[in-house]
Amino acid sequence: MKKYILSLVLILVSIASFAQNNGTVEMADEMRGSGKIYVVIGVMTIIFIGIAFYLFSIDKKLTKLEKDHNQLSK
Amino acid sequence: MTKNWWKLLAVVFIIYTIIAGLLFKVPHLAILHESIRNLYFHVPMWFTMTMLFLSSVIYSIKYLKSGNEQDDLRAVEFANVGLIFGILGLFTGSLWAKFTWGTWWTTDPKLNSALIAILIYLAYLVLRGSLDEEQKRARIGAVYNIFAFPVMIVLVFVLPRMTDSLHPGNGGNPGFGNYDLDSNMRLVFYPACMGWILLGFWIAQIRFRMRKMENYFLSK
Repeated sequence: MKKYILSLVLILVSIASFAQNNGTVEMADEMRGSGKIYVVIGVMTIIFIGIAFYLFSIDKKLTKLEKDHNQLSK
Repeated sequence: MTKNWWKLLAVVFIIYTIIAGLLFKVPHLAILHESIRNLYFHVPMWFTMTMLFLSSVIYSIKYLKSGNEQDDLRAVEFANVGLIFGILGLFTGSLWAKFTWGTWWTTDPKLNSALIAILIYLAYLVLRGSLDEEQKRARIGAVYNIFAFPVMIVLVFVLPRMTDSLHPGNGGNPGFGNYDLDSNMRLVFYPACMGWILLGFWIAQIRFRMRKMENYFLSK
C-alpha cells in the first residue's frame, strides 16, 4: 500500500512540475513591457535602411555606367 | 523606377520583417523561447539560396540550348549569390543550435547534408575557375550545375526527412508544422521569405551587370 501511495505522490509531483514547465516558458515579455525592445528594432531598421539606400545608389551608379558604356560602344 | 518596383518591395518586406518579427506575438515554447523568432531570419536564407540555385540551373539549361554567353554569366552569378545565402544560413543555424541544442555543430543529417550541398556548389566555382577556355568552361559548368541542383535538393530537403533529425521539419520532429500552424507567425514568415528572395535576386542582378561590363572590357 505504501508503495502505491508513494508512486501516486510521485506521479502527481511530476505532473505538477510538467504543468509548471509549460506555464512559464521564459520570454522577453519584460523587455517588451519596459519598451526597450523598440530600441533594438530602431537600430536594426536604421541599419537595414542604410544598407538598402547604399544598394540603391550602387544600382543607380551601375545604370549610369551602363548608359555611358552603351554610348561608347555604338 | 517602374522597372525597379520589386527592389523597393524587397526593402519594404524586410523592414516589415524586422519590426513585426520582433514585436508580434509568438507561441511560448520550451527550449526555443524568444529564439523562435529566428525562424523569420534563418529559414528565409535557405529559401533564398534554393530559389537562386534554381534560377542558376534554369540559365545553365538555357545556355546549353542557346550557347549565349550571357546565360552562362547569369547562371554563375545566381550561384555565387546563392552560395552567400547558404553560408549565412549555416552560420545563423549554428548560432541558433548553440543556444537550443547546446552545441555549434552536431553530426545531424540535416546539418551535414546542408554542408555537403554548400560544398558541391563551392566545387562548381572551383571547377569553373580551373578551366581557361571560355566555351569549354561554360559548357562543363552548365552540365555540372544541372547535376548539382537535384543533388542539393535531395540532400537538403529529402534525405533528412527520411531519418531522425534534431532539426525541425525532419524525421520524427514535429517542429516546423507546429509553429506553422500559428497564423501570427505566417503573417511575418511569408513576407520575410519574399523579401529576402527578392533581395537575393537584386544582388545577383547587380553582379551580373557588373560581370557583363567587365567581360566587355576584357574582350577589348
